[in-house]
Amino acid sequence: MSVLASVRVAVRALGGNPLRSVLTTLGVIIGVAAVVTTVSIGAGARRSVEEQLTALGTNLLTVLPGRAEGPGRVGQGLGSVQTLTWEDALAIQRSVPEVEAVAAEFNRTAQVVAGGYNDTTNVSGVTPSFPHVRNWQPVEGAFFTEEDMHRRARVAVLGQTVRETLFPGQDPVGQTIRIQRAQFTVIGVMDRKGSTGFGDRDDVVFVPLSTAQKRLFGVDHVRAVYVKVRDAASMQAVASRIEGLLRERHRIPEDGEPDFVVRNQADLIQAFTGVTQTITLLLGAIAAVSLVVGGIGIMNIMLVSVTERTREIGIRKAVGATHRDILVQFLVEAVLLSVGGGVLGVLVALGAARTVAALAGWATVVTPQAVLLAFGFAVAVGLFFGLYPAHRAASLDPIVALRHE
Amino acid sequence: MLIELREVWKVYRMDGVEVQALRGVDLRVEPGEFVAIMGPSGSGKSTCLNVLGLLDRPTSGQYLFEGQDTARLGEVERARLRNRRIGFVFQAFNLLPRTTALENVELPLVYAGVRDRARALAALRAVGLEHRARHLPTQLSGGEQQRVAIARALVLQPALVLADEPTGNLDSQTSLGIMALLQQLNRDGITVVMVTHEPDVAAFAGRVVQFRDGRIVSDRVQRPRTAEVPG
Repeated sequence: MSVLASVRVAVRALGGNPLRSVLTTLGVIIGVAAVVTTVSIGAGARRSVEEQLTALGTNLLTVLPGRAEGPGRVGQGLGSVQTLTWEDALAIQRSVPEVEAVAAEFNRTAQVVAGGYNDTTNVSGVTPSFPHVRNWQPVEGAFFTEEDMHRRARVAVLGQTVRETLFPGQDPVGQTIRIQRAQFTVIGVMDRKGSTGFGDRDDVVFVPLSTAQKRLFGVDHVRAVYVKVRDAASMQAVASRIEGLLRERHRIPEDGEPDFVVRNQADLIQAFTGVTQTITLLLGAIAAVSLVVGGIGIMNIMLVSVTERTREIGIRKAVGATHRDILVQFLVEAVLLSVGGGVLGVLVALGAARTVAALAGWATVVTPQAVLLAFGFAVAVGLFFGLYPAHRAASLDPIVALRHE
Repeated sequence: MLIELREVWKVYRMDGVEVQALRGVDLRVEPGEFVAIMGPSGSGKSTCLNVLGLLDRPTSGQYLFEGQDTARLGEVERARLRNRRIGFVFQAFNLLPRTTALENVELPLVYAGVRDRARALAALRAVGLEHRARHLPTQLSGGEQQRVAIARALVLQPALVLADEPTGNLDSQTSLGIMALLQQLNRDGITVVMVTHEPDVAAFAGRVVQFRDGRIVSDRVQRPRTAEVPG
């Protein structure tokens, strides 16, 4: 008998008891849907993290004050250590030729008032090089200049969120705001950066670093130094040059703990992808277990079916069905069940991925690989768990089978 | 020679007890014969029919079918002979449930790899049931079901039809119709071997073989009673 004829016979047999067929495939439906959904959520999370980190620039090194706590982690000392300064940044620029530009930042939460509105936001003092180093440009007006930095000018550039809060529906450029009682002139508005992942990055007011340090907060240190490297290939070398230089400037011996950390965007990406991969793998494994459970359900029902249809098997053998014919017939039935479950499961997963994206705001990416993987797994499950019942059916003695009630 | 059994023994174990179902059976059947096998239950007549139908293998002895030693045949070749050369008619009809009369008749064609609906319809016409082609077995009377089973046995034009108590589940009037059909296909050249314990039914055969305790005790040729095809 041809495989096509077997499929026809199997469709008829399964259609004879549609409720049972659907219930049998439920395990596979859930398993496949779970595999595809978890993998697509994982893929979506990885993609969005990668996009965000890449947007920051892959050739960016960040120097933070504080001590490393374990590999790749920044300890509690972060921010409370006051040894990192703008002069350190300038020294890096001077003595490491691969460095294209440096920027520094000192930020603190403060109240900002404009007209009738006020907002508690992140006031960030940065150097004029900041837009270039961080790939983040103003879209209205302009950023402040070296001259502003030198004069500790009272000028401000707003993030999009602050602009919407303080100047709804107005042009803020040229207007006046107050930060801790000091008057500032708004000279520009930054481009929108988006909020996913690390909090709202548009909820910020930029002022010159010198203004923030001397006029607003009365400090000399910075909270971060950003180093833009000419060539991403030399990141590792530049990082160790910076480390050596800062150890020297901060008088920290070779064997001493440094009071700063040099971080690499690529390291961050790797850490994030590592985490999402682990989670995806874990959820995928759980989903795979449910697929196997679904397979056991198929085997169970196929065994019942073989018993119920013992006489039918006897008749088929009497009129000329071979061992192989019966084996193929029951295998095709099992695979049809699991493939049907696979198709329904993929449809459920497409809906679930969309729902998750809409409700939780997570980007989900249903990859063809995930669909193929789950689908292939479903077919394999059908074949594997269908084999034993099919073998049992094919091995029935026709004489006994024909006498079966 | 269509069938030749030579000193065939069939011994099997049932619940730890050894049963000698056939104890040295010799039987020769020529093409075109109509043979009735009779005997009390447990005499070995059904076992003999299973051996003839290649559903069972003898423990010892030889079975030649169309001159071929069946002991040498593999599983696939035996299935092919059952499919092409042998037709079965059972006491319990053994039609597939939830499957129309036509599709039941088509079943041997499916395993022969032939898709020929017209042939199945012709077989149904030959047993006078063309108008019942789309009916399910449950919608047919016992006699009609057995006629569908005969059509299924005939559809690939076998050399041999094996009938196991074909009228056992039918009333005498309906039985007459079934016997008329078997005589008809025998006249058309198909050899029929039929197991029965009713002398009235055996009377339609041209030869009666008596079994007792796994052996043939008598084998005689007779002038068959003829049954008219009704309608």
